[in-house]
Amino acid sequence: MAYEITLLTIIGINLILALSLNLITGFCGQISLGHAAFYGTGAYCAAILTKAGLPFPPALLAGGVVAGLLGLIVGLTSLRVREDFLAITTMGVGFLFLGFVRKQSWLGGELGVSGIPAPGLSDLGYMVLAIGIAAAVALFSLYVRRSWMGFAFDAVADDEDTARVIGIGVAGYKLTAFALGTALAGIAGGLYAHYARIIVPDTFGFTLSVTILAMVVVGGIGSTWGVIVATVLLSLMPELFRFVNDYKLLLFGGLLLLTMRFSPGGLAGLTRETWHRLRRNQGRNREQVDDGTAARS
Amino acid sequence: MTAPLLALEDLRVRFGGVAAVDGASLTLEHGTFTGLIGPNGAGKTTLLRLIIGIVRADNGRIRLDGRDITKLAVSRRARLGLAMSHQIVRPFRSLSVLDNVALAAGRRRTRDPLLSLLHVKRSTERARARELLDLVGIGDAADAEPAKLPLGYLKRLEMARALALEPRLLLLDEPLAGLNHSEAHRLADTIAGIHQTGTTVLLIEHNLAEVMRVCRRLVVLDQGRVIAEGEPRAVMADPKVRAAYLGEAPHAAA
Repeated sequence: MAYEITLLTIIGINLILALSLNLITGFCGQISLGHAAFYGTGAYCAAILTKAGLPFPPALLAGGVVAGLLGLIVGLTSLRVREDFLAITTMGVGFLFLGFVRKQSWLGGELGVSGIPAPGLSDLGYMVLAIGIAAAVALFSLYVRRSWMGFAFDAVADDEDTARVIGIGVAGYKLTAFALGTALAGIAGGLYAHYARIIVPDTFGFTLSVTILAMVVVGGIGSTWGVIVATVLLSLMPELFRFVNDYKLLLFGGLLLLTMRFSPGGLAGLTRETWHRLRRNQGRNREQVDDGTAARS
Repeated sequence: MTAPLLALEDLRVRFGGVAAVDGASLTLEHGTFTGLIGPNGAGKTTLLRLIIGIVRADNGRIRLDGRDITKLAVSRRARLGLAMSHQIVRPFRSLSVLDNVALAAGRRRTRDPLLSLLHVKRSTERARARELLDLVGIGDAADAEPAKLPLGYLKRLEMARALALEPRLLLLDEPLAGLNHSEAHRLADTIAGIHQTGTTVLLIEHNLAEVMRVCRRLVVLDQGRVIAEGEPRAVMADPKVRAAYLGEAPHAAA
């Protein structure tokens, strides 16, 4: 039972993380290869604060706020560079974060932060908390998609120049996406820090950024349900197949590549296509029954 | 005396070594309908892109209602009442035809990113979008994906989307190109109808017959400069215009 609880907690944290990147990359179309840096920022910030005596809930929130502020600054670069260049810039931010943290003695340097206080919840309680926040983030994502914010995000992701011409303040929307997405990643980081109780810089490296992006892309960029399914699957994989842990970068990088090449819509796109094909076949069968008199829709 | 709706003062833009717009000055009074013509490469499209803000001027000023908007961002200008229908169509390919227009119709809802989160209902904007699609004659394609539509439809989608912004000044860049004779005739009538409801229109169009039919005033651009303006027939009779514009027609056709 303890193992399942651990696994579900991890899945909950990964869900928050993947859905937070989906806000930035999926909804608003801004690629980020440095999402682990914001997860790390939230983790370090919350850990340092609870070690300094702050209770867990405000420390968790503070981690989110600090990560969100950092995200806002990184978001400013998205106003200057686009697509491939943004990918490289955000990747650079990821490395910058690692380089910085490793050299800071007050952050524990290479050894990281240990002895992080227990959050004061049972393992089961903590799992419920992680899954609960993940569910809230998922509901929020579904809501954003339906709102006018999601509508405008669609336009920004599709064609920035045209979005401007119809009066959409593209810069404001990009910054909003970055701030929201990175703040949620920061919360995921704080949750992780108080679950693991020890954090080291390497956890928040490039491999993790690629893993998160793989969850989003494999699920289907922009599809909340797709991202949820992919995150659960990709989180279980290293557990089911131990060897996966040693080849994470290779495997998740490969998955990313294969999805982009063969099914750019990810799992969500595949499901939609299959569904349409089935319906079309059904329609065709019915027409044959009607002796071809039915008009094709 | 009130300021004209739009005043361009000595606008200049260079692309590399080429002066695309080279000292153009122009005023548009409220409620006017002006045709902008000129040979290929005269700088007509660039001038429209300067007004809407996609291209920044190297020199000169743009005033809207007396207010200097030369440095204003594109989205802010759109909210001040400028709208443009592009010559090269750019629909949002991830949205349906209807939602392309509805999104523009909801410009008040999308004005502030954070407030946009508070609104979900799209029915009012979609209803408005449907009216506009009917107005330009593509109501039958409301639910289609833009990628699957022919150019004639996308041209009219561009226009419906621009109209959804309820502009005070509508900039149209060759809206009739790609339409057949009767479609062009009908759309030109639609544009004239829009003008009659009080919208100021600036129209670039190569279809001279339609331009002469609907425009009240003509401006001729050549080599980035205004070389003639005034009542259409008088302008077309101007020897300068005949030399620059009509004289080059055989070359342009080749």
